[in-house]
Amino acid sequence: MNVSGAVVRARGLVKTHGQGQSRVRAVDEVGLEVPQGQTLAVMGPSGCGKSTLLHLLGGLERPTGGEVWMAGRRIDTLSERALARMRRRSVGFVFQAFHLVEELSAAENVELPALLAGCSRRQARRRASLLLEQVGLSGRARHLPSQLSGGQRQRVAVARALANDPLVVLADEPTGNLDTAATLDVLRIFEDLRSAGQTLVIVTHDERVAATADRLVSMRDGMFVDDTWLTGSPTRGLGGLIGLEE
Amino acid sequence: MQDAVLAMLAKEPSHGYHLRARLRQSLGPLGESMNPGQIYVTLTRLEKAGLVVCERADGLPERPERKVYALTPAGQQRVAAWLAEVGWPKPDLAEFHLKLAAAAAARLADPVELVAAQRRELLRRLREVQQAMLAEPEGSGAGPLLEGVVLRLRADLRWLDACERAWSRADDEKADEVEGG
Repeated sequence: MNVSGAVVRARGLVKTHGQGQSRVRAVDEVGLEVPQGQTLAVMGPSGCGKSTLLHLLGGLERPTGGEVWMAGRRIDTLSERALARMRRRSVGFVFQAFHLVEELSAAENVELPALLAGCSRRQARRRASLLLEQVGLSGRARHLPSQLSGGQRQRVAVARALANDPLVVLADEPTGNLDTAATLDVLRIFEDLRSAGQTLVIVTHDERVAATADRLVSMRDGMFVDDTWLTGSPTRGLGGLIGLEE
Repeated sequence: MQDAVLAMLAKEPSHGYHLRARLRQSLGPLGESMNPGQIYVTLTRLEKAGLVVCERADGLPERPERKVYALTPAGQQRVAAWLAEVGWPKPDLAEFHLKLAAAAAARLADPVELVAAQRRELLRRLREVQQAMLAEPEGSGAGPLLEGVVLRLRADLRWLDACERAWSRADDEKADEVEGG
């Protein structure tokens, strides 16, 4: 794989928590490359280190060892200020608990990252209205998060993650707080992002979310134990799933 | 398949191509790989079994005469019996379970790795059927079927997680024994 083509790259990544005897390796010598346009799901039971890995990749936490690169630039050695700027411009985050600003309307939440990145009010507003339309929430632009359902809040959060046209969207259990219908809405949006060529890393224990990705990595005790493609036809085709092909 | 075709004829006698269209509508993307001739093979079998009769209908000028299939009384009875039946297809859980046990006993393969391979396969299927489900228009005839396939695959994936836990634990215990003994 062409290294310079990778949007996200990690080498020998280690993160330890705690001290002395209670020291735990949350992420243990992980290497990873995510090329432009790939959707990658990281699956594993809770406590396997997948959320920590996502935080390291997005520059929310610094590794104990190893390197993290974003579009050919090493980020684990950046200053706090440069790191914050990199996150604002290059990464869109989606969290399980949405993390919307409760005092701001849906549209204002989506405008915020663009304003912080130095866009004009008008630009930010236009972008936000486009993104809310994309996630099917044009009619809810003026609502406060508290007036929205969980699924709608998460769709606002996805729109916000896309505000600065990020190099990569990093999602941490995006459907963890959602019921089945709302999960389907979010799956549909991820499916749209995938077909639009958005680079995407999703950490999840929900197999439905993982199944929207092109590639799947399984994590156990801080390590990758499996790395596989989900693309390509299943061995028997759709009809085979219901026993049609005899 | 035979029962489903018979039951479709309960509404009214029908041409083969019409039955096929109705099947396709109910199955949506899951029926795309259906062999076009399958319906006629099924109808022929049903006719031989005395469950349907075939009559010739006058053709239109631009199309030759066509066969119309209708249920016989025996066919009607079989439809009623099929509707009342509460059988449920059994997934091959026992077979996979025995495969893991045999592989572990003979040290032919690592059961945890067999589980991982099976999980990869099921996730690929889930991805494909989920994509089809998300692409179906609202109110599609195939919607409930696609949802059912997704739910089954999810249940199977949960079971594979349970298998992985059980066989990993068995592994650990064996390792402890070796160390201890």
